[in-house]
Amino acid sequence: MATPTLDKADAAGAPEPGFADSPYITATFRIRRFNPEVSADAVWEDFQIQIDPKERVLDALHKIKWDEDGTLTFRRSCAHGICGSDAMRINGKNRLACKTLIKDLNPAKPITVEAIKGLTVLKDLVVDMDPFFQAYRDVMPFLITKDTNEPTRERLQSAEDRERFDDTTKCILCAACTSSCPVFWNDGQYFGPAAIVNAHRFIFDSRDEAGEQRLEILNDKDGVWRCRTTFNCTDACPRGIEVTKAIQEVKRALITRRI
Amino acid sequence: MKIHKYDTVIVGAGGAGMRAAIEATKRSRTAVLTKLYPTRSHTGAAQGGMAAALANVEEDNWEWHTFDTVKGGDYLVDQDAAEILAKEAIDSVLDLEKMGLPFNRTPDGTIDQRRFGGHSRNHGEAPVRRSCYAADRTGHMILQTLYQNCVKEGVEFFNEFYVLDQLIVEVDGVKHSAGVVAYELATGEIHVFQAKAVIYASGGTGKFFKVTSNAHTLTGDGQAAVYRRGLPLEDMEFFQFHPTGIWRMGILLTEGARGEGGILRNKDGERFMEKYAPVMKDLASRDVVSRSIYTEIREGRGCGPEGDHVYLDLTHLPPEQLDAKLPDITEFARTYLGIEPYTDPIPIQPTAHYAMGGIPTNVEGEVLSDNTTVVPGLYAAGEVACVSVHGANRLGTNSLLDINVFGRRAGIAAAEYSAKAGYVELPENPAEQVVNQVERLRASTGTERVAEIRRELQECMDANVMVFRTEQTIKTAVEKIAELRERYKNVSVQDKGKRFNTDLLEAIELGNLLDLAEVMAVSALARKESRGGHYREDYPNRDDVNFMRHTMAYREVGEDGTESIRLDYKPVVQTRYQPMERKY
Repeated sequence: MATPTLDKADAAGAPEPGFADSPYITATFRIRRFNPEVSADAVWEDFQIQIDPKERVLDALHKIKWDEDGTLTFRRSCAHGICGSDAMRINGKNRLACKTLIKDLNPAKPITVEAIKGLTVLKDLVVDMDPFFQAYRDVMPFLITKDTNEPTRERLQSAEDRERFDDTTKCILCAACTSSCPVFWNDGQYFGPAAIVNAHRFIFDSRDEAGEQRLEILNDKDGVWRCRTTFNCTDACPRGIEVTKAIQEVKRALITRRI
Repeated sequence: MKIHKYDTVIVGAGGAGMRAAIEATKRSRTAVLTKLYPTRSHTGAAQGGMAAALANVEEDNWEWHTFDTVKGGDYLVDQDAAEILAKEAIDSVLDLEKMGLPFNRTPDGTIDQRRFGGHSRNHGEAPVRRSCYAADRTGHMILQTLYQNCVKEGVEFFNEFYVLDQLIVEVDGVKHSAGVVAYELATGEIHVFQAKAVIYASGGTGKFFKVTSNAHTLTGDGQAAVYRRGLPLEDMEFFQFHPTGIWRMGILLTEGARGEGGILRNKDGERFMEKYAPVMKDLASRDVVSRSIYTEIREGRGCGPEGDHVYLDLTHLPPEQLDAKLPDITEFARTYLGIEPYTDPIPIQPTAHYAMGGIPTNVEGEVLSDNTTVVPGLYAAGEVACVSVHGANRLGTNSLLDINVFGRRAGIAAAEYSAKAGYVELPENPAEQVVNQVERLRASTGTERVAEIRRELQECMDANVMVFRTEQTIKTAVEKIAELRERYKNVSVQDKGKRFNTDLLEAIELGNLLDLAEVMAVSALARKESRGGHYREDYPNRDDVNFMRHTMAYREVGEDGTESIRLDYKPVVQTRYQPMERKY
């Protein structure tokens, strides 16, 4: 990156003596800063902090925000990997800051943190999520049935039929997969893995009756055929969803026209 | 400043807000204002299930469920409301299934059910399978399913709009809701939403504790907005401490783990719950289990070098069962503790989890301005509200139920009201208070830091008003909170910008937490008895003669501008059940 680097190591202070028995280490976080109210250019800024390596990257970001620089901006909520707010690019890989422990990142070297790619950066680590949610809405992510009479009790579903789409129900819409996809980086019109995962969740639900319609949507030029099977999405998914496999299953259903 | 006009405005997009939105959107022009993208809401963190007497796997009925709810709440529950909750539970679960929720299934293909704390057959005989669930991600599935159906219904969301003020206007001497004032996080712009009906569904207040299962964003924004406008808050001293949070972190490990057969053990490996709750054992109600854990710790039977936690033992359960029924919480143990739950017990401690108290409502979700008077056009549902179906202690799986039953009811009631009511005229300068608040914080050059005051507040609350309380500890908290409120006046933010100013947002949130912490402590000090989640070591027994009543806390401002809290009380609605001693 040919952008200037600010060094804030002095401001953060050197490690205090007498830390011999302490679990704390000194780690450097190199964060990609951008605030159009201040400058049109993004810069890397270094922060050195004392932190227990068993803590999360999110804890480190909070430490910086709360104790050093209140302008550092990121989204977060649940802090344990279930709300999907804090997907970011950490050491070049998409992860949730709240599910990534510092010790797993080689903290001897600076840890880089930047916004996820392919979505417009609005400030620091915050991106515009609207295009992402638009793609989600476009696949009709809701159960569609053609019953003329609603059943009075629950619809029956065998445990096997329920298992068929279990993996894709885990999605938390964090965008880690979509924003790790090289096809999406090059062309934001591509639905992206997350929307396909959410289509899969309904296409393979035995109670749903609009699978054909969703397959047609994904048969579009910006649909499932754009996938180049690079597996970035599967690697990025913090919920362990086999995203590429789900996309392959949708492709197969399109070819065989069998769900 | 922008002015918007809607029939119905919903504040918050978790389970209660979105369940309300699905109903309100069908019936009225509705806007949902939410501080977070809807799918980020903390409903998604709920794990174990949603109670309903479907009787899919064994005999059960709504009357047993009502009884368990009343008993679980230590008889502070309004029994008419609990009966509605238990009766409507069945259709609520079936509605969600029809909306597409992927419940776990029985071999017959019906919704599967499992055991949960405090839920019993025939008034306490034995645990019953009443919790409808989707692995240990029931809340996630509910949040996703409701969001999916909001997309289907075309619900209009204003994402990252933070409601800071409730507009109340007196018409013929009666307080009416006129709308809300919101701050748009992306731009810093202030928006006034004039609405015939407003529904608060903005969740809990758990972030005034340090060890909590709550999200960073759960800062009591809705409670604070109406409280500052002179409306009361009910039963705020009752807060639930969930027995099984991850040690030191507070991350929730579902009670479903014990429903599946998990056992709590002390440092000697003893299954200590047998001593405290001979019938229900590890599945006694949460307040009982949390107190038992701390009793073990205090008496020197805690685990670890500091003896400050106990173990949740799942090692006797087959790995296939853990993978199928508890995949997320076992992963949390691996991720955050580096522990393999197949072979090693998980260190846990009670974690601040749920506010039983909140904005008082009747069973239609209408907000009350005193013990009986409705505020026309104002509604609340979910954790922000106090109906009261949870009384002094909520049963596990009754909160996912509450948001669906009372979210739906509030959505229908508000939309029906806005269909027939007119707009209340806005006050002359509707955004004045919010503009002043935001500008004061942005311009402040004070020396106090938000993070420092919040840290001190959280440490004070954990130390003084958690599982065990005494007059002395509560007084310490009251004094400390007063000091922090004073220092808060001198707080400043570093980010002076308009765009995504989360520094400013956190400062406002802290103001809410401080106000609500004070209400909690003052309410707790006056309740000289032990009941449910409120345990006073100096008054260890329940006192039905003096305290079988709801606390109503009002903010009073004197002529010289000094603020104080006035406490009043409201009778409990009793129908079928006479108070009995609570044993599990």
